[in-house]
Amino acid sequence: MDAEARQGARQGRRAIDLYLNIILLVFVAATGIAAVWLRNLLASAMVLGIYSLLMASLWVVLDAVDVAFTEAAVGAGVTTVLMLLAIALTGRREKRARSRPWAPLAVSLATAGLLVYATLGMPAFGSADAPAQLHVAPYYLRHGEAETGVPNVVTSVLASYRGFDTLGEVTVIFTAGIGVLVLLGSASRRRRNSATPAKGDSA
Amino acid sequence: MSDFLVLKVIAKLLIPFILLFGFYVQMHGDYGPGGGFQAGVIVAAAFILYAIIFGVGTARRVAPMVVLVTIACLGVLLYAGVGVANLAYGGRFLEYGVLAYEAAHGNHIGILIVEIGVGMAVAGVIMIIFFSFARRR
Repeated sequence: MDAEARQGARQGRRAIDLYLNIILLVFVAATGIAAVWLRNLLASAMVLGIYSLLMASLWVVLDAVDVAFTEAAVGAGVTTVLMLLAIALTGRREKRARSRPWAPLAVSLATAGLLVYATLGMPAFGSADAPAQLHVAPYYLRHGEAETGVPNVVTSVLASYRGFDTLGEVTVIFTAGIGVLVLLGSASRRRRNSATPAKGDSA
Repeated sequence: MSDFLVLKVIAKLLIPFILLFGFYVQMHGDYGPGGGFQAGVIVAAAFILYAIIFGVGTARRVAPMVVLVTIACLGVLLYAGVGVANLAYGGRFLEYGVLAYEAAHGNHIGILIVEIGVGMAVAGVIMIIFFSFARRR
């Protein structure tokens, strides 16, 4: 009786997940196409923000809350602001392309087709004997909390088991920030210098 | 950017809670979703909201570029420093287990410190990028 009820609840949840996935993926595709289609870059940036939020919802449906969190904060939040800043620096309207970009379209469609074809060779979604589930994942799930004292497996893998990788990631982020600072910071200083009578900056 | 009273009042109400949520995500990353990366972005978002509502110049006085660069550098150094400290305690690089009397406890401490380093670096870098772009206008 109890097992039957649990089975029913699990099936109900699977059905809800299916409908949620279909709805979210339809909207993801719609916002993706709209972002390319729109000539107004401001609207495009906003639509991309919505796209990121929808992707975050998809990660939540897939139970990947940590990824969803990052996607919502970075994709929907900070990236949108940075794109708006870039638009404010350049211009609000996209230039109309002279030529019809048939060749890039064909290349993208062929790549997309190949990728979709490749998914046919992947293990079924959530299957227990997929290679990803058989290598180190069972060890992390079984021993992670006992070895690191951290209940969130994602955090323990990220900061402890794969700590060296995360150090590399932080270094990459840091380098990106310093690169932006050096490029944009010095450029604006040079412009300010050349606005006032400059000495020997013209070479 | 100057006389939107409603926006200013709402932003003043919201910013403390955004910062508080950022610190919650930072310190709670080992029990729930989140961690240094997300927390850094949220804290940076609070400052970006402040800059958008009250003007970039005001925000840059609150968080000068020198301070941001220092915070980002300290974050990376904190992360790498934990690794070096483990070497000093007789372990391997980033082997947090040696930080305390037992391996699990040391790992927990190491993860907390490392996540704080990540949070500082990410918050600093996001604000550096934002202010570098915003300054050029």
